Amino acid sequence: MDPVAAKYIGAGLAAIGMGVAAVGVGTIFGNFLSGALRNPSAADGQFGRAFIGAALAEGLGIFAFLVAIILLFVA
Amino acid sequence: MAAEGKAIDPIHQFEIHPIVNFSVGGVDLSFTNSSLFMVIILAAVSILMLWGTSSKSLVPGRLQSAAEMAYEFVASTVRGTAGESGMKFFPLIFSLFMFVFFSNVLGLIPYAYTVTSQIIVTFALAALVILTVLLYGFYKHGTHFLHLFVPSGVSPVLMPFIVLIEVISFVSRPVSLSVRLFANMLAGHITLKVFAGFVTMLLGAGAWAALAPLPLAAIVLLTGFELFVAILQAYVFAILTCVYLNDAIHPGH
Repeated sequence: MDPVAAKYIGAGLAAIGMGVAAVGVGTIFGNFLSGALRNPSAADGQFGRAFIGAALAEGLGIFAFLVAIILLFVA
Repeated sequence: MAAEGKAIDPIHQFEIHPIVNFSVGGVDLSFTNSSLFMVIILAAVSILMLWGTSSKSLVPGRLQSAAEMAYEFVASTVRGTAGESGMKFFPLIFSLFMFVFFSNVLGLIPYAYTVTSQIIVTFALAALVILTVLLYGFYKHGTHFLHLFVPSGVSPVLMPFIVLIEVISFVSRPVSLSVRLFANMLAGHITLKVFAGFVTMLLGAGAWAALAPLPLAAIVLLTGFELFVAILQAYVFAILTCVYLNDAIHPGH
């Protein structure tokens, strides 16, 4: 295969990882919201934890993005 | 994008140019545009905090309430995550938060340089955090700090795998902490540049120029979103620093 074509295909495949991270972040905030609507008084205390979880889930999507950027502009 | 790669290069904005050339013994120590923006960030933080706290009136003015809000926000984050004993690290976390916050937000100004879009800067910040965690953990708890990697109540069969997973998760912390901030800033600025490229491409494409306001409107929306991301990433960096320091203060959960 043409190496340049393989580079772009690889970058496109890496983009799938970002979509999967979006599922993870959506699950976290969706569950946080459904929990917060059941017990609004406890929601403020868990706000930071929701963001920690979202940051950790998003971090893996960011790695996928990094792979795409490295393939496109560095490799 | 590869075809127009030469005309519109979304990576170009992250290039470092030396402003004052200077080197010591073959080591390049030039004062660059990155250094200039670090000085600007430092000046902005100092002005906010020094002027904001100079009058100390009972009814705060605008600058004083901004300074007090920043202090109270970080202090409540530290207390909530690392407990009252985490407050001895408040100066570190507050400095990190303000530096990251100001570099993210100042970087959104057109033609400004985003210091946190360089992985070496964010990795230096993350390495500072992890070294603080390691040094304080071993200084305060000695070898008991290693209980961090050995959770209690795990069956002996699973123990080697759990320890391995805990060690990998600890080692990947500085990487994920730095890459998260860097890649968020990089991705946001590249997206803005790509959409700006769409505007110029449409303007140069005859009748299609009528569609040019669409990506322009998208840039306005994206800039608002990037402002949210800039503030969120500063908060995430600060809160993860608190979580990691909490491991050093209270190991062996």
